Amino acid sequence: MKRKTLLSTLATALFATVGLASAASTVTIASINNPDMIELQKLSKQFETANPDIKLRWVVLEEGVLRQRVTTDIATNSGQFDLMTIGAYEAPIWAKRGWLSPLDMPASYDLDDVIKAVRDGLSYEGKLYAVPFYAESSMTYYRKDLFDAKGLKMPAQPTWNDVAGFAEKLTDKAKGTYGICLRGRAGWGENMALVTTMANTNGGRWFDEKWKPTLDTPEWKKAVTQYVDLLNKYGPPGASANGFNENLVLFGGGKCAMWVDATVAAGMLYDGKESKVADKVAFAPAPIASTPKGAHWLWMWSLAIPKSSKSQDAAKKFAAWATSKEYIQLVAKDKGWASAPSGTRKSTYASPEYQKAAPFASFVLNSIETANPTDPTLQKVPYIGVQFATIPEFQSIGTVVGQTIAGALTGKTTIDAALKTAQAQAERAMKQGGYLK
Amino acid sequence: MTTANMRQIGVGILGWGVALVMFLPILIIGVTAFKTEQDAYALSLIFTPTLDSFREVFERSHYSTFVYNSMAVSIISTLLSLVIAVPAAYSMAFFPNRKTQKLLLWMLSTKMMPAVGVLIPIYLLAKNTGLLDSVPGLIIVYTLMNLPIAVWMAFTYFNEVPKEILEAARIDGANAWQEIWHLLLPTTLPGLSSTALLLIILSWNEAFWSLNLSSVNAAPLTVFIASYSNPEGLFWAKLSAASFLAVAPIMAVGWVAQKQLVRGMTFGAVK
Amino acid sequence: MTQQTIILPTPATPIAPPAPGRKFSPAKLLLTPSVAMLGLWMIVPLVMTLYFSVIRYNLLSPDQTGFVGLDNYRYLLEDPAFWPSIGHTLVLIVSVLLISVVGGTLMAVLFDQKFPGRGIARLFVIAPFFVMPTVGALIWKNMILHPVYGLWSHLFRLVGLEPIDWLADYPLWSIIVMVAWQWTPFAFLILLTSLQSLDQEQREAAQLDGAGPVRIFIHITLPHLKRAIAVVVMIESIFLLSIFAEIFTATAGGPGTETTNLPYLVYSIGLQQFDIGIASAGGVIAVILANIVSIFLVRMLAKNLRGEYDQ
Repeated sequence: MKRKTLLSTLATALFATVGLASAASTVTIASINNPDMIELQKLSKQFETANPDIKLRWVVLEEGVLRQRVTTDIATNSGQFDLMTIGAYEAPIWAKRGWLSPLDMPASYDLDDVIKAVRDGLSYEGKLYAVPFYAESSMTYYRKDLFDAKGLKMPAQPTWNDVAGFAEKLTDKAKGTYGICLRGRAGWGENMALVTTMANTNGGRWFDEKWKPTLDTPEWKKAVTQYVDLLNKYGPPGASANGFNENLVLFGGGKCAMWVDATVAAGMLYDGKESKVADKVAFAPAPIASTPKGAHWLWMWSLAIPKSSKSQDAAKKFAAWATSKEYIQLVAKDKGWASAPSGTRKSTYASPEYQKAAPFASFVLNSIETANPTDPTLQKVPYIGVQFATIPEFQSIGTVVGQTIAGALTGKTTIDAALKTAQAQAERAMKQGGYLK
Repeated sequence: MTTANMRQIGVGILGWGVALVMFLPILIIGVTAFKTEQDAYALSLIFTPTLDSFREVFERSHYSTFVYNSMAVSIISTLLSLVIAVPAAYSMAFFPNRKTQKLLLWMLSTKMMPAVGVLIPIYLLAKNTGLLDSVPGLIIVYTLMNLPIAVWMAFTYFNEVPKEILEAARIDGANAWQEIWHLLLPTTLPGLSSTALLLIILSWNEAFWSLNLSSVNAAPLTVFIASYSNPEGLFWAKLSAASFLAVAPIMAVGWVAQKQLVRGMTFGAVK
Repeated sequence: MTQQTIILPTPATPIAPPAPGRKFSPAKLLLTPSVAMLGLWMIVPLVMTLYFSVIRYNLLSPDQTGFVGLDNYRYLLEDPAFWPSIGHTLVLIVSVLLISVVGGTLMAVLFDQKFPGRGIARLFVIAPFFVMPTVGALIWKNMILHPVYGLWSHLFRLVGLEPIDWLADYPLWSIIVMVAWQWTPFAFLILLTSLQSLDQEQREAAQLDGAGPVRIFIHITLPHLKRAIAVVVMIESIFLLSIFAEIFTATAGGPGTETTNLPYLVYSIGLQQFDIGIASAGGVIAVILANIVSIFLVRMLAKNLRGEYDQ
């Protein structure tokens, strides 16, 4: 008896699976759990109403798990997802592998409206392989009220030395105010995004023209030393565990006087519901050191269709809708212009409503437009990308280097030792990858 | 006041102190789940309770689907493990030979292999057999994952059964099936049901295979949690509400069955 | 009752031969499904892992393939995180075992006494065992150990102390505490069950002889718990060898590689850096380590137990 029920349950489960899989035009979307994508999930009901023949299914995951899942899926040709949220790093690499379907967008999509730097970053050999959902650069956020109280003034283009000077004056640990918050959590997309821009602006680079890693150069040492000093002297406790989100919470909760991070944070910091400093926050460009080149990064979360998807057309239709001008207006209507997906379309920035709701608009646009992934550093490099290098090996190198620098931040190793280890590890990976003999 | 009374009060204070310290983290999510995101970071007990976080969680995810999958996967895999394990344990307990000990150890050692080391092979196998993101696929993995524990626990319970009873039954002409059904199962039922409970708890909370082998159709509650951890923006209240919803069913089961669990958790250790 | 050890069946006391009416010896037949299924479950992935460990296999570079001999193993052994990760794995197992056995024993003794509301208090104590490891780690990381918003930092500030940054300054200990929080209730359950079967008369007799509580504990309670402790050690070791979710959620193996244990290292290589070749080599080494630990463990426990029976 028991066994019979068991079997029938098994059978039902099996049939349910088969039944769903064979339904026509189901689009399974692998999505990241950040607020913009959650808003998309919410508003997508309107898309489903307008397209009754397309059914959307969402897999919402945190960034780390998402990246692991979609990479495993696409590399093993599993075809579990029809639409994937991928970053600026993955798009060109996966396109080169032939894993993604090229996207020829219809005229109504108005591809020319998409900011060129963003479009270029998602293309490979002139063809577009992913459509941007939102794009970000990096910038400096600071607290007007705290600056005013101390009689300080943020220059139009701060340097890292300026920032260090301000941080010293603004830190008041007894009150729980820290001069500066920066990313400390290990990861190529976490601490290394910031540290790489710091190295860039000091004249450093990841690899020289012959693909030899250059992490043991004075430029890197200067950048990392300043980074570690800043956080250790004026940063919040637990900085080595802080990523974008932790810092957003800290700055939004009024614990930091300055913060250098992604431009998308602006929309959240100006939102009085989530942030306690909505009326006190001001912004400046990302700090520079000896060169402005590569001082601010460029990243976009975008939607791409794997070749293995069986619902190519439906997926493309939804991707076009989700990144269209109309969708941006839909969000504006639902949540207000300040929360509209930013960094992708010129028309967003041309809109007077957006400019009014988002005082940071033109500023962000300028940061994104001036970030140049194809010529990111002072000295020439063989790779594309400001805060990363679009080669498969970078993921591994960035992860390991991120760990060693986080180790230096907590004082477990010296900066010299950390960079030496990082250099050795990077050389090893490049040798394994066949770039170096 | 007598010294015995004093003693009892002392023990009571100590016992409750320990209990509260252990329970505190769970209490925190229970409380935070009813706060607004802004309040959540203040860690205070004075606030106006709100169901906003729960509302948002229900709006965003099909909670019932996740619960259904968690239940289907953990219950069916547990039953399957027991169905396969009990005969094996019976055989090992009552017909041991020179190899039995090694066999049992080998079975347990399969559990020590880290899942991360074999994910890609299993993933490829699941993909090629069409079991990716299917409830049966997860059931198979969990059944195999729990089988060694099931065999071992059942084995220890069978070992506790006095051999004399069995011998008497055999002289009466009982066959193996009758022996298991009428004699062994009744005496070892408390043990086996606590085994079942333990396996259900372990499957319910398993987060590696479920995250990697399921996406939509088979996604259990661990995947549900993964969509609330570490987003951008304030997230403690929503995360707490989601955690509350993910943990509550299994905790309710555990609490209701705790007498059973305590009685059965002997692992042959009570002699 | 025949003296059976928990872990080792003693073939010394075979029971009566099958009754004449029996047509077959079921022993093999009954064993077959379990053995066959576990065999497949173990051998198929293991063979694949062994194969992957000697080829170049990076998910992101499918064009680089081919046999590389022991190169993957060499790369892994040269990885500066490798040896520390084995150390962390062992430290983690031993510390959590110590904490949960000692803590579990003390708690079991405490809850063996009668006090008001004992039943409910016991529910509270065992509750952590039901919590998903990921959820547990998220609570600990964000709401308890967080240096700015966590409970500890609030308490520290309340008494005017600078909050400790647990996850940065004592990362491995933080992980150990989280894991121990989950597994101590399990030890507690088993030890309490065992304790409740202790002969009251024996204890009362000792009390009449004038033995204090400490002496009773050492000479009567502890020996009685020996077997239950062995069980706890055995089961927990199995799970602790492959602790992953807590590390993944709370520290991501860091800062640096301070909390990277072998499973996390393999994960990081295989699923963050997507080098399946090296990760498979790590998987093979993890299997070897697991076997060494299990042999060691069983020897230790078996000896311990045999001592009891030889008397």
